[in-house]
Amino acid sequence: MIMDFKELIPQKIKENLANLNFEQSEYRDELTLYFDKKDIVKVCNFLKKDPVLEFLLCEDITAIDWARRKNRFTVVYHIFSLKNKFRLRLKADVDEEECSIDSVSSVWRTANWQEREVYDMYGIGFNNHPDLRRMYMPEEFEHYPLRKDFPLMGIPGSLTLPKKEE
Amino acid sequence: MGLEAKLNNDNFFTTKIDALIEWSRKNSVWPMPMGISCCAIEMMAVGDPKYDIARFGSEVMRFTPRQSDMMIVAGTVTYKMAHVVRKIYDQMPDPKWVIAMGACTSSGGMYRSYNVVQGIDQFLPVDVYLAGCPPRPDNLLNALIQIQEKIGRTKARDFQDRPLPELPVLQNN
Amino acid sequence: MEKLNKEDVHPKILEALLNTETDLTVDDTLENEMILNMGPQHPATHGVLRVLLRLDGETIIASVPELGYLHRGYEKMAENMSYHEFIPHTDRLDYLAPLSNNVAWVLAVEKLVGIEAPPRAQYIRMIVAELSRVASHLVAIGALAMDVGALTVFLWTLREREKILDIWDIICGARFTNSYTRIGGVANDAQPEALQKVKWFIDQFEENLEEAERLINTNRIFVERLDGIGVISKEDAIDLGLTGPSLRGSGVEFDLRRVTPYLFYNEMDFKIPVYTEGDSLARYFVRVDEARESIKIVRQVLDKMPAGETLLNQPKKVLPKKAEVYSKMEELIHDFMIVNFGINPPVGEVYSAIENPKGELGFYLVSKGEGRPWKCKIRSPSFINLQSIPHLVKGHMISDVVAIIGSLDPVMGEADK
Repeated sequence: MIMDFKELIPQKIKENLANLNFEQSEYRDELTLYFDKKDIVKVCNFLKKDPVLEFLLCEDITAIDWARRKNRFTVVYHIFSLKNKFRLRLKADVDEEECSIDSVSSVWRTANWQEREVYDMYGIGFNNHPDLRRMYMPEEFEHYPLRKDFPLMGIPGSLTLPKKEE
Repeated sequence: MGLEAKLNNDNFFTTKIDALIEWSRKNSVWPMPMGISCCAIEMMAVGDPKYDIARFGSEVMRFTPRQSDMMIVAGTVTYKMAHVVRKIYDQMPDPKWVIAMGACTSSGGMYRSYNVVQGIDQFLPVDVYLAGCPPRPDNLLNALIQIQEKIGRTKARDFQDRPLPELPVLQNN
Repeated sequence: MEKLNKEDVHPKILEALLNTETDLTVDDTLENEMILNMGPQHPATHGVLRVLLRLDGETIIASVPELGYLHRGYEKMAENMSYHEFIPHTDRLDYLAPLSNNVAWVLAVEKLVGIEAPPRAQYIRMIVAELSRVASHLVAIGALAMDVGALTVFLWTLREREKILDIWDIICGARFTNSYTRIGGVANDAQPEALQKVKWFIDQFEENLEEAERLINTNRIFVERLDGIGVISKEDAIDLGLTGPSLRGSGVEFDLRRVTPYLFYNEMDFKIPVYTEGDSLARYFVRVDEARESIKIVRQVLDKMPAGETLLNQPKKVLPKKAEVYSKMEELIHDFMIVNFGINPPVGEVYSAIENPKGELGFYLVSKGEGRPWKCKIRSPSFINLQSIPHLVKGHMISDVVAIIGSLDPVMGEADK
């Protein structure tokens, strides 16, 4: 069953969404598809609504910082199909200059908080997100902690402490 | 201090007021559990039937600072949470004591990172530090006994002329 | 709970609270609308969770949860330490079931490296994971009952939990945050007396659980406080990303032990409890039934346990045994290399998820061939389960918020990472 899906999914995408160039790879029995960042909402809509594939559960949205000049970030989506018991990974590259990508919270409601967390940790903006603000760090914090140029111990003075009175 | 031993035939017993006050204070320390993370589970375990804390007088774990004597800070304190902990500490009435439970509160613990305060004594006066990650419930009872002994060495007058702290009217939240 | 002024609040929070479409028509002649802060320090929010509520009298119109009070920077720390050094940190994620997280991390790293632990180690991992599921559900049941008002149940379930912690004391060496599993197996073997104690525990657990249940299952107050509160439908639950007992209380049969089996779960015979009502009472019943099923699994594992070794014999990836490190040269060199430079898995990425007591705990590891991961993402179930709070509390009263949070059973150490 699972073997068929690894060929079925790219085939279906080629049939239904033409003019979309994508690549695929496989490692340790997991399929990964690479897309352009402007096509991501179309692909996610198709994958969710297709009656055979039915990827209803969006498990995880995160980003990787490669610390290189071109395409510094990659946004990674893990989606799961309950009907077919198959897990798929989607990736989209994001540049540092236009650090934003379309939001998929219109496709899966669970993407709301996950994208907020990516914004908080990496600084990647999400277009058409209903409520984009920081998740974990306080609002006044100016840096993005999980980027590779942020030191582990933090920048002194960026977070305040209450005063100690004896 | 058995009452029968002090009672003579006249049904009186004499003591200093200080001794009476510190005896009653140390045997009924009501803790305010500031349970933040994993150490809070061991604090809950101190309250369960195996390691009873009620037999030491801390029967009531009040979650309101206005009615408690001692604050047990259990769990990692982050910069965001530090303001909240300080606010709660300021609301407690005198006399009050603080136990820093676990490695995270004593010195930042195993978290050497950007969001963890490396030791709560940077913004709170601490009386007893506990080691352990998390400390066993017996360890917490040992800390409670140490606080009781510390209270036993104070006098009632120590808390008389303490100035009231200057609290700002609106704290940043 | 204190009153909050409108000027102190972030504009987007105000927008989420005030611009909600509401079809609630509450006839309120005094126009009592206010924004209430259920702060991070609260006896019943299961940790440091802050919920901002917009109230009309006592009915809730909208709510916004705020996290981040326990954000310790796990993902950044994982990029700076080797795979072995991160094992004690995974204990503190879901701190009610620490061994479950250890098993999840070690399975992810083993998948990345491409090795598999010996069978006896896998069976021991199963026993330990199921016992931690029982321990976590005991606290969940007790805390939910305590939030609703029945204090005795909490003490009785904690008494059972102390017995499990005693078993862990014997097997793992530590009571609570035991970093027991290692890459390639488990740290030390389970002695026969430990297994005997496990057998004794599961024999007397069922009647103790029933005794605690009998206090509240037919109690009118408990049932009425939870029945019909916080209803979520099947489609909404999947769309909001719920997993674990909260999803199975809404009628979706999704359990990672059946769907993508790991360890030896495909050989075990156990049911998956599913209730269709979708309210808090259904989630409570799912947890109680799951505790019983876990005991069945432990019984089967004890029967099937083979003899053998518990650490894989692969010197470049697995830490060698301590006795050999002190006496043989090869093992000493391997120990030095692994501790200082890490295990160096091949270049690639992997996502591996298990069924935690709270839901689906997943680790996404990206490796560039070094001893430290390039990126580690923790997919924590409590974080995503908490996202459904604004949907669940709409239209209920303030005291129902406590029951709803208790039935979702979040753990803030995991939600805030």
